[in-house]
Amino acid sequence: MPSSSALTVSGLGKSYGDVRAVDGLSFHVEPGEVFALLGPNGAGKSTTVEILEGHRTRDVGTVEVLGCDPELASAAFRDRVGIVLQEVGIERELTVREVVAHYGACYSRCRPVDEVLELVGLDGLGDRRTHQLSGGQKRRIDLALGLIGDPELLFLDEPTTGFDPSARRQAWEMVDGLRTLGTTIVLTSHYMDEVQALADRVLVIAGGRAVAEGTPDELRGSMVRGTSIRTRFPVGAEGTVEGLLGGLSGRARVLGGRLEVRTEEPTADLHRLTTWALDRGLELEDLEVVRPTLEDVYLGLLDDYPESVEDGVAHIGPSDG
Amino acid sequence: MAESLPSPLRLLVRQVGYQNRKFRRVPVAAFFTLAFPLIFLLLFGTIYGDGEIFARGHLMKFTQFYAPGLAVFTAVSATYTNIGISTAIDRDEGILRRVRSTPLPRWVYLGGVVTSGVSIALVGALIMLFVGIGLYGVEVNVGGLPAAATTFLVGTGSFAMLGLALAALAPSGQSSPALANATILPVAFVSDVFIPIGDAPGWLRFIGNVLPLKPFVEAFSNAFDPFQAGSMWDLTLLVRIGAWGMFGALVAAWRFRWDPSVGSAGRRRRGPLVRRSQSIS
Repeated sequence: MPSSSALTVSGLGKSYGDVRAVDGLSFHVEPGEVFALLGPNGAGKSTTVEILEGHRTRDVGTVEVLGCDPELASAAFRDRVGIVLQEVGIERELTVREVVAHYGACYSRCRPVDEVLELVGLDGLGDRRTHQLSGGQKRRIDLALGLIGDPELLFLDEPTTGFDPSARRQAWEMVDGLRTLGTTIVLTSHYMDEVQALADRVLVIAGGRAVAEGTPDELRGSMVRGTSIRTRFPVGAEGTVEGLLGGLSGRARVLGGRLEVRTEEPTADLHRLTTWALDRGLELEDLEVVRPTLEDVYLGLLDDYPESVEDGVAHIGPSDG
Repeated sequence: MAESLPSPLRLLVRQVGYQNRKFRRVPVAAFFTLAFPLIFLLLFGTIYGDGEIFARGHLMKFTQFYAPGLAVFTAVSATYTNIGISTAIDRDEGILRRVRSTPLPRWVYLGGVVTSGVSIALVGALIMLFVGIGLYGVEVNVGGLPAAATTFLVGTGSFAMLGLALAALAPSGQSSPALANATILPVAFVSDVFIPIGDAPGWLRFIGNVLPLKPFVEAFSNAFDPFQAGSMWDLTLLVRIGAWGMFGALVAAWRFRWDPSVGSAGRRRRGPLVRRSQSIS
């Protein structure tokens, strides 16, 4: 089984001092798949990806990337892997074409420079010095440098962080275009919508541990069950809320001056909530009843994570093995 | 996949060209490295004219003393100072990190940096010597040139290693220019570069003799000593320079980092912790 996978991780752990950045992660990625690691900053995504890239050593666990242990990363391994890192620089005074052609020459299968520039949407900018480009365009050079060696596996570490919405949309189209080339892609993101747009399969991690795994649709299908009742928390209601919360069938929480109830019985809970307010003469301002978005699902997962990790990974959907 | 990786030698040649191009594209750096020491020679030549100075046991023309010493100083700027500063800055900007994620062998990258520095040093030293000879009639002891050329290779190679050591020890790219200048300028003053050290107190001459710049200047200047003839080989001097080069290589091997220092300019792309969805109000 591991030999057919592009990438297999089992029991991966990494600590920095007392902080367990990655704590027992296991997953695998199939060839041609777009796989996403989703989680908030500090969840351990970048540490995990850096271990997979061979840029960081691991404490425990086994890792196999394209049949190699990345810790022993040889030039032959690097030749087959494209990496779009965070926090990398580009030679400022050289032109886009000079930089891409130079790094391309290190690979055994260098793609034509113009083809790659067109693929990432930098055609026409090849003769520009890199420091004259915008932040989004520089990120495209990063992508071009990840692709120039015609990699079998491409790592994208937070490819659109810091982009404006239209640049993100363009970047997504670009990554979607790579799918047709058959490149296996492992990407990290803290944007649920990005993962939904790009990934075939998602692993949600928090605190270095797996929280949920599945396709974006499975995540959505299994998690978007309840309905949310939201309202601004009434002024003067402090101290009386405990009785209300006990009476609701759903789970309630107060956050940022707002009360949110996630429930399977919206009719009954809405009735209880309004009754409670009417009894006390309170107005429920901004009251709304909504189906949660996928993003709410994600945030809900992160809220639930301290409990769910005790039961192990909340496997979602039938497909993961 | 019948294709094989490009040969390291081809990659090295490419890398040297790439580094040289990078150097040429920053005219300010090129000016400071190549033209700045030349201005010293022109100043000394203009101020002292045909005046003479007592140096290395003889009375000689000012420019005869300064030209070879400043040629060595240029070479050290192109290797120690330039490599130390630019490598530390490239590390902070994440360029070294990128290099490490490609199949380019690390030694090829560093070899390219060193060879480029040595080639720029050669250009700078030759300009200095040709100006000295052409403008001020600096005399050359032709028999000493092979020894001078060897000294030049050993010296620039050693100072390039010390430059890598400087980059390895510099806490950040920002601090590297101060560290480079604070180390090389005082040393130049006790190494027969700006003034003859002959009359200085013994302990100061001792410091100059222990450090690598004075042996480099001395061995190189032998080919430009009008009172000498012959091949002028001095292995002791070469060993003293080379030992410092070895020391630099060891420090670099021990402490060299490819990742940006924490908190440096490269670490900035960060989004909000978690984006909260907006509810319809």
